[in-house]
Amino acid sequence: MAGEVAVINVVARASLWLQPHRIVLILIALALVFCAAFFMRWDWLPQYWEMGLMGLWRALWILAVTCALGFTLAVPLGLAQAGGPFWFAIPAKVFCTIIRGTPLLLQLWLLYYGLGSLFPQYPWIRESWIWPYLRQAWPYGVLALTLSFAGYEGEVMRGAFAGVPRGQLEAARAFGMSRWKIFRRIWLPQAFYRALPTLTGETVLQLKSTPLVATISVIDIFAVSSKVRQDTYLTYEPLLLLALIYMTITGILVLVFSRIEARIPVKIG
Amino acid sequence: MELLSPVAPGWGGTLLVGLLHSIEIAIGATCLGLLIGVGGAFGKLYGGPVTRDLLAVYTTVVRAVPELVLILLLYYAGTDLINQVLTAIGYQRVDISGLAAGIFVLGFVQGAYSTEVIRGAILAIPQGQIEAARAYGMSPGLMLRRITLPSMLPFAIPGLANLWLIATKDTALLAVVGFFELTLATRQAAGVTKAYLLFYLAAGALYLALSLFSNLIIGRVETWSRRGMPSVKEAR
Repeated sequence: MAGEVAVINVVARASLWLQPHRIVLILIALALVFCAAFFMRWDWLPQYWEMGLMGLWRALWILAVTCALGFTLAVPLGLAQAGGPFWFAIPAKVFCTIIRGTPLLLQLWLLYYGLGSLFPQYPWIRESWIWPYLRQAWPYGVLALTLSFAGYEGEVMRGAFAGVPRGQLEAARAFGMSRWKIFRRIWLPQAFYRALPTLTGETVLQLKSTPLVATISVIDIFAVSSKVRQDTYLTYEPLLLLALIYMTITGILVLVFSRIEARIPVKIG
Repeated sequence: MELLSPVAPGWGGTLLVGLLHSIEIAIGATCLGLLIGVGGAFGKLYGGPVTRDLLAVYTTVVRAVPELVLILLLYYAGTDLINQVLTAIGYQRVDISGLAAGIFVLGFVQGAYSTEVIRGAILAIPQGQIEAARAYGMSPGLMLRRITLPSMLPFAIPGLANLWLIATKDTALLAVVGFFELTLATRQAAGVTKAYLLFYLAAGALYLALSLFSNLIIGRVETWSRRGMPSVKEAR
């Protein structure tokens, strides 16, 4: 019985969503896709798809690493601004303002061209173990994206830390919890739940920032599409495919985050 | 330091011209975005089912695809389209100026975001105000001008201010298509003089000054648009 009801529910919702005008719109969209598939040139795909997969993997890897590192940096930044002493809060505030006040492309080029041009002047850097990494482009890309994510998310975490009700922290202190334990068990989890909805948006924004690393010669999926455009003189096909890929990744990210959000059982009070 | 001087041997003048171009594009793009946003928000709220679905596709797609990809797509597609239309009517092909193309491209992107901001702001207007306006027999145009736009402003200003800041920073992306604005000017100056760190830091300071100055103005505008409303602190 319950199964039948569920099926009827699904059908009812589907018929509510699938109104006549939507069917027409979907048919038009399908017709456009077929036109694109038949009348545009896609014969370059077999030659480049392996490279494209590598680029996609690199973009996702950069996204995951910079989000994780950026968030770990954002926690102390937010904590410092929400409840730290002034000599800790002011530098954090200045850092967030500078990151949020300048374009990411400029930060990236500042690190890659500016900082990158300084290092070779010092012989002791050239002889150290870190030099092989500093000669490549990707550490600069990862660093710039991490700092950017930390700057934006640090501001969000400040609001989240400040938004945890005073009573919760006082109750924890009354139970005799140490400061570290209060932070780990009470303050951080509640702040994290508060920040979670904005974290989805920030992660999508971060995904949309990853193609910038292509401008400092990291071969991500955007750089692959640029290479295809240069090699084949096609303008639209690689870009349209690229837009489709990014839309798919965004969709998956939003879906995953909404799953995580739904799993959080507590009400935030 | 003399590299930054505004007269001929220094590159300060080049940077300032770049900054001027950036500001021009940001203002143009924000205005175009606002126009699209107001239209889009009204379409989403009061339009027919087809308009609503098409606008939903527009805002979703634009917000899901990186700005860099959109800029490239719209830049090529837009100039291509205009030239094809012109040749079809029998005119000569024209070179679209970088300024117009930049404003169009960024405005199109901003339009999607401001549609959502303005839609939310209109929904936040107390329903009674709209009903009262209807009860007085106001035409939709008059209601828009006298009631909806002024009373949604305090709800929309924080979001729109954020969009303005994003617009000033997004102009940097036009450097990738080769439009001469602050970031590209910096890159050229740094490439010629080899003083990379100096020029990038200077450009960063200019962008930061623009952001901080905007914040100052935005604060003023926000208090102005909230005049006559209970303050946020008291409402809590």
